[in-house]
Amino acid sequence: MTGLSTKSKSKHFVIIGNGIAGVTCARHLRKADQNCQITIISGESKYFFSRTALMYIYMGQMKYEHTKPYEDWFWEKNNINLIQAWVSEVDTDNKQLIFSDKTIFDYDVLIIASGSKPNKFGWKGENLNGVQGLYSLQDLELMEQQTHGISKAVVVGGGLIGVEMAEMLASRKIPVTFLVRERNFWDNILPMEEAKLINRHLLEHHIDLRLATELDEIIGDENGAVKAVKIDSGETIACQFVGLTVGVSPNVDFLKGTAIELGRGVKIDGYFRTNIADIYAIGDCAEFLEAPAPDRKNIEQVWYTGRMQGETLAYNLTQAKPVKYQPGIWFNSAKFFDIEYQTYGFVPPAWGKEFESFYWEDQGGKTAIRFLYYKSNQQISGVNAMGWRLRHEYFDNAIQKGFQLEKVISELGKASFNAEFYQPFHQEVLQQYNTQFGKSIKQSKQSFLQKLIGSRL
Amino acid sequence: MKIMQKIGLGLFLLAMLSFSFLPFVGSYQLEADIVRAETKDIHQEAMLEILQPMYGKSYDSNIRFIADFNEYFNAYNEGLKKAEEWDRVIWDDYAFALTKAASTGPVGEQPYLYLGITVLLGVIGALLYILPLYRGQPEGIKNDGIFFSSMKSRGLIGILTGSWLILFYIVLYWFPEYLTNLVLMVDPLSMALSGNPASQWFLYGFVYTLAILVMGIRMFRKYRGNNYQMIRTASVMFFQLAFAFMLPEILVLLNMPWHDFKNIWPLDYSFFYDYRLDGMLGSGALGMFMLVWGIILIVLGVPIFTYFYGKRWYCSWVCGCGGLAETLGDPYRQLSDKSLKSWKIERYLIHGVLVFAVVMTAVTLANYFMEFELLGYATNELHTVYGFMIGSAFAGVIGTGFYPLMGNRVWCRFGCPLAAYLGLVQRFKSRFRITTNGGQCISCGNCSTYCEMGIDVRWYAQRGQNIVRSSCVGCGVCSAVCPRGVLKLENANEEGRINDMPIIIGNKSISIKS
Repeated sequence: MTGLSTKSKSKHFVIIGNGIAGVTCARHLRKADQNCQITIISGESKYFFSRTALMYIYMGQMKYEHTKPYEDWFWEKNNINLIQAWVSEVDTDNKQLIFSDKTIFDYDVLIIASGSKPNKFGWKGENLNGVQGLYSLQDLELMEQQTHGISKAVVVGGGLIGVEMAEMLASRKIPVTFLVRERNFWDNILPMEEAKLINRHLLEHHIDLRLATELDEIIGDENGAVKAVKIDSGETIACQFVGLTVGVSPNVDFLKGTAIELGRGVKIDGYFRTNIADIYAIGDCAEFLEAPAPDRKNIEQVWYTGRMQGETLAYNLTQAKPVKYQPGIWFNSAKFFDIEYQTYGFVPPAWGKEFESFYWEDQGGKTAIRFLYYKSNQQISGVNAMGWRLRHEYFDNAIQKGFQLEKVISELGKASFNAEFYQPFHQEVLQQYNTQFGKSIKQSKQSFLQKLIGSRL
Repeated sequence: MKIMQKIGLGLFLLAMLSFSFLPFVGSYQLEADIVRAETKDIHQEAMLEILQPMYGKSYDSNIRFIADFNEYFNAYNEGLKKAEEWDRVIWDDYAFALTKAASTGPVGEQPYLYLGITVLLGVIGALLYILPLYRGQPEGIKNDGIFFSSMKSRGLIGILTGSWLILFYIVLYWFPEYLTNLVLMVDPLSMALSGNPASQWFLYGFVYTLAILVMGIRMFRKYRGNNYQMIRTASVMFFQLAFAFMLPEILVLLNMPWHDFKNIWPLDYSFFYDYRLDGMLGSGALGMFMLVWGIILIVLGVPIFTYFYGKRWYCSWVCGCGGLAETLGDPYRQLSDKSLKSWKIERYLIHGVLVFAVVMTAVTLANYFMEFELLGYATNELHTVYGFMIGSAFAGVIGTGFYPLMGNRVWCRFGCPLAAYLGLVQRFKSRFRITTNGGQCISCGNCSTYCEMGIDVRWYAQRGQNIVRSSCVGCGVCSAVCPRGVLKLENANEEGRINDMPIIIGNKSISIKS
């Protein structure tokens, strides 16, 4: 470790972007090397905050201060220099950044972690006042202004940000019409039953859900503000706010015209290297030349992948032998109003003949679990859970080792991560399994003593 | 529904107003007979003489009555103190008893009416507001708008509420003579329960219990669908009503010492005081049981239960202070300070109080068995200082009065010596932990924001580390508000409970140790 530190004594790592990827990279650089110089540049905010919590600020569940995962003294204590500025140019020949105020800033190693920006698809009226996406702190401030005192909003795009925006608006008692292109909510990711479960829940929250509906144009008034949207059926819906949440794409416009190779994002290899030496890219803004795993995309736009990429790059920059980025078993989670969703492994919305699915849904229609497994050997490939928390450790192991469906079904108590005293659905799932497959497997039961001390199985 | 809630709120405010102004109505007249009845034999002669100027005089406000009383009484004592006639000085406080007995106002005549327009009206108003909460909405915890609320985010209404509570506690602890009307109105209730007239402590216990019950019902509304919260809330409601309020009064009815069987030293700091020990030792088999049970709780109950369940078995399931914090205090949980600095202060303070309580008790017991004069003096001094600073000022005035200012667990977090003891066991020898679910954390901060103990839960969750902090009372709200299913309170094997160098699941490139 000491040898390394001396080697990199004068090295200055400059990170563009203070999101989870950039910040994680900076933290791990500092852990591995006490002497290097680290600077994080962001125009959005001086301090790192959790983007995923923006919605809670709008809903009054938190203040901006609460979204900061580290207290303000943390950065100085760890000798991580923070600069609030927008980078407008990168001079790769002279290893310099040029800020929007024309300040010139030198770097030795540049790490691009500039995140995403909301998509726009050239709709008529998409630049009117009252029309916006939601990604940054500035977007949130804008949304606060633009939704003040309004009586109707339309959200376009049935993804995760779309449903969050609907929840945000609903929390302020603003009626929401939610335009979803797909036939069921998020059915490009979720199998039909799960998607329909969420459909029902959205309706239960009085969201005017319009499935298989697309935006035609946004209509403005004489002051350049939105007054209505027209949808593909020809219907016009009056509104004072339109949320455009049709996905995000890498925020790399400031790199156009530089020598850094761009596709949709910054092109990188499996080691986060761009085509220019000493320049790396991680997080939402990076586009792998080759997807890091068969079931993963070339652009990974998930919180934890940003974190893992930051960890791995920091390792590569401080250790003699770099490693290739290798994410493990896929996992993700989300919350749709009150229903939590978790997934582990491979569960596509539709599957090939080699797979079979076992799906159970509670009578109340709010809790569900699906296992996808290989027909040939009964090993599970993945699991989806709605309103049911699952233990990451268990499923990471189960999917990696290829546990058979039957084993997992009989170990649901162990695999579950629900809070204590939660209504146990294990028995119902087991019963359905037994009926469906003509089996008579039993659940591993707790002894009275184990129950008494509330022991984990 | 909205209208019903507004009416409820209006009635509640009305009840609060009458509760606040009731102490100042009525008239007071002192007679020699009253003094004779309310004073001890050794003081009777002196008191009769001291208060002579007040006899037959009708006062139309308790403020003037108490002012006169204090003037005559203090003048007498001051004179003796100047003359250094210490053994003649009257140390007993007769202000409350005499004011109460001298009251001729309407409250004593119609206690039920006044109980109705204060406490009962308050309960009805609160329930009208609480019962329709979240009606017609799907199950799920809603913290919407908390930081827009003046009451819940240290706005003007919050500060006013805090000030009212602080004032109430100051008067209750040090100037109870001003509360005599409120005590008079609960007299019949006290008579029915214990056969004795009410003291300010009966009034306090009564209002305290009602606060837990009514706000407990609010918990049932707010945390619908979360069984852990439901059962836990029912538990604190039960223990407050049965063990802290009813049972001790029934004991008094049976000529036994007032005793709360679920209170544990050193929270129950007077457990080893000589009058308590004498009381228990002088009350036959049941008294002996009180003593033995109390000691069993201290030496066996705390370590064993905490080993299996964590300190939550007491702090958020049984304890009265915890009961109030978890019900009345729930709307303020987000106001606790999460900074590292406050954690440092917390550790010095709470362990400092524990040391103080232990030393005081050791001196008390030494004195009890040795009856050594010098020790007797030290014991009295320690009792006075502890009672004033910790028992009253910290636990009461700051502990509850600061709910709307510093969150609902100020006492439990910074001051309670029993919490410190439970916490030491929980940290070092327990099966309890909050497990972090692999790599699912998105650092949103809901957990930290809503932790009433000021634990920065996210700090641990985002690095895949289990939470085993000594202060955690296991309320389960971090887990309940987590949007990604990351946190789970559980009791399991000690192995792997503390993982200082966690590895977050999901990255196969390297094994990252946070």
